[in-house]
Amino acid sequence: MPPGQSTIAPEVDALFNFILYSAIVFFAIVVLTIVYFVIRYRRRGKEELTSGVTQNLKLEILWTAIPIILVVIVFFWGFRVYLKMYVSPKDAYEIKVTGQQWFWSFNYPNGASTVNDLVVPVGKPIRLLMSSKDVIHSFYVPDFRIKMDVLPNRYTGIWFEAPEVGEHNLFCAEYCGTSHSDMIGRVRVLGEYEFDQWIQEGAGAGEGVSPAEYGKQLYTSKACVTCHRIDGVPHTGPSFLGIYGEAQKMADGSSVTVDENYIRESILHPQAKIVAGFQPVMPTYQGLLDDRQIDALIAFIKSLKKE
Amino acid sequence: MDATVVPNYLKQPKGLKSWLFTLDHKRIGLLYLAGIMTFFIVGGVLALIIRLELLHPGKDLVGAKDVAFPRLNLASWYVYIFGALFALYSIIAGSVDTGWTFYTPYSTRTTTSVISMTLGVFILGFSSIFTGLNFIVTIHKLRIPGMTWFKMPLFVWGLYATAIIQVLATPVLGITLILLILERTFGIGIFDPSMGGDPVLYQHFFWFYSHPAVYIMILPGMGIISELIATFSHKKIFGYSAIAFSSLAIAFISFLVWGHHMFVSGQSELAAMIFSSLTFLVAIPSGIKVFNWLATMYKGRISLETPMLYALSFLFLFTIGGLTGIFLGALAVDVHLHDTYFIVAHFHYVMMGGTVMAFLGGLHFWWPKMFGRMYSERWGKISVALIFIGFNVTFFTQFILGAKGMPRRYYNYLDQYQPLHAFSSYGSWILGLGFLIMFIYLIHSLFRGRRASSNPWGSLTLEWTNSSPPPPENFLETPKLTHGPYDYDKVLVERE
Repeated sequence: MPPGQSTIAPEVDALFNFILYSAIVFFAIVVLTIVYFVIRYRRRGKEELTSGVTQNLKLEILWTAIPIILVVIVFFWGFRVYLKMYVSPKDAYEIKVTGQQWFWSFNYPNGASTVNDLVVPVGKPIRLLMSSKDVIHSFYVPDFRIKMDVLPNRYTGIWFEAPEVGEHNLFCAEYCGTSHSDMIGRVRVLGEYEFDQWIQEGAGAGEGVSPAEYGKQLYTSKACVTCHRIDGVPHTGPSFLGIYGEAQKMADGSSVTVDENYIRESILHPQAKIVAGFQPVMPTYQGLLDDRQIDALIAFIKSLKKE
Repeated sequence: MDATVVPNYLKQPKGLKSWLFTLDHKRIGLLYLAGIMTFFIVGGVLALIIRLELLHPGKDLVGAKDVAFPRLNLASWYVYIFGALFALYSIIAGSVDTGWTFYTPYSTRTTTSVISMTLGVFILGFSSIFTGLNFIVTIHKLRIPGMTWFKMPLFVWGLYATAIIQVLATPVLGITLILLILERTFGIGIFDPSMGGDPVLYQHFFWFYSHPAVYIMILPGMGIISELIATFSHKKIFGYSAIAFSSLAIAFISFLVWGHHMFVSGQSELAAMIFSSLTFLVAIPSGIKVFNWLATMYKGRISLETPMLYALSFLFLFTIGGLTGIFLGALAVDVHLHDTYFIVAHFHYVMMGGTVMAFLGGLHFWWPKMFGRMYSERWGKISVALIFIGFNVTFFTQFILGAKGMPRRYYNYLDQYQPLHAFSSYGSWILGLGFLIMFIYLIHSLFRGRRASSNPWGSLTLEWTNSSPPPPENFLETPKLTHGPYDYDKVLVERE
């Protein structure tokens, strides 16, 4: 198990270890018995009649009862921790989580939003209210020992509290299509002061760098990178390398030259024009990017010229 | 008996046509064997593994001439091959990217060939139901005089429990798949929320079949293990009725635990609690079986031939598989391990370490009976060793990967998991080598193998009183039951 980084993790790990050690004991008993019997009662020479007990009610009761007692313990222990995991404290800080093919977006109470980057304050219970825009996803942070499916037709929830500052992987754990294994985000646990600063300055990102540079940051942080590569190799979507100014063949047979308006349209209305050879699977970024950010992304794509 | 006089089901009648229209359950068994081996090589599609239990000429065990409905038996095979080809076609023609669970709404929306695949599985399901019916009727009606329920070999008890699950659970899967096809074709909202359906409903339907399906695979395996351990320990089975009833108990409980696949799906805490507690019940009969097998070996005369080595591998691997199930049944721990490599490792230990080991053990045990030839014992042992080592290297590693949080169904992963993934892949090569050696020596034995006697292992079950391979109608005259299947304390049989 990786080191636990949430308040619930030590409780999960304690149960895990209890089962592990009892399992090792059971396993050792079984294997040692096999080995002993095989050596001790190895067939030598011709067949003979074998005798020995073939029924023993006391033994049957014994090896039925001991496992029952153990699993009853494990059951109640597991259920108790499970309840704790899903019933969040009343004063928890609530963040809305949206899963879609193939990224996570997070909306904060003050209106700030991020993609694939869940930033939380240290030492505070955080409640996640989750839903999906398309198929079933599953929110999984191994370091926190939490996981919850994210469904398209209802809300699900889970909570955690991170006692230490740090960075953790966030996986999607329910198969959701081609780029499922790239639907990876991170959870950043910041100190209380840093968190307050971050959430207030969130809107000021991208100041002081060139639009193309800012676009490059957005390319990663807004998860374009999941489907679009910048080395000329097609992935779930076309590569961005050298496409600006080029004519692209569309699925309906028409041809479109990639310019600013086409890129903008493709970000906000991805289904309007589909490049030949690709599936219409991109979600809209309407509401997730403002105009300045779209400008920056266009500048970034323009800067990707073929050698 | 003189082998030249006794007819042999492999040779009589002759010709391709006689095989394709045969009503002999042994020949149909071999057709399944050929079909399964082929598909096993092609890719080991899940639904094919479900068919594993049909390999063996099991009816010889109850002394019947054939199954109750021989034509239905052959029909099941054709349906099975047809369904399997259909499924295979959809993989080649358009690929299927839903995983084997076909979870909605993804499976409703993906553009890949879900319809033909599910149709293939649906057809396979019919084959399964037919065969289940056939076995139930055979076991009820065609036992020879004197073979009471508690004188049946335990393998037959395993088949009986399996057949009950097949008949009761498979229709639910069939209906579910039909609903899925209807939804995709006509846009009727059943599971897809954008059409007013509920995706979690699909999960309930799916697991209501697919959890018992796991027991369809393991129960016959457990039956085989009972035969192997008794025969090769040369010892009366310990706790016959405990083993027989635990099979029925597992079959019964299997219908009540489907929700343990859905602890993080958004079902209520109450439901999770109920399913968790019922799940732990499965551990009890499974444990009873293992302990009774161990007790059978006590004071026996154990010979370590290839089938017994497979049986011991089964005990080793199935125990790990079962114990790791406890981790997954415990709610809080399952939340972390669900949908990670831990699950992948767990079901491979149960399915491959359990079912496949039992299947291979049974294959080697009945091989002389089926084909009248012995395989090379030395190569047999080498291949068991390779398969056992390769298996553990491949899959034990995955327990560690899963505990570290590696999700399943990722074709791409973070660098931190790379060394363990590499180790697991090396293990799979050892495993593959073991299988390759096995295929070679088994095929070799068909042509060059030593002739098998009628009872090479000194077993007491009925099929070994017969010549190897047996005549078309199994027994030239209805055999008389002179002793129970495990009376090693009363009857002395010498190996021939």
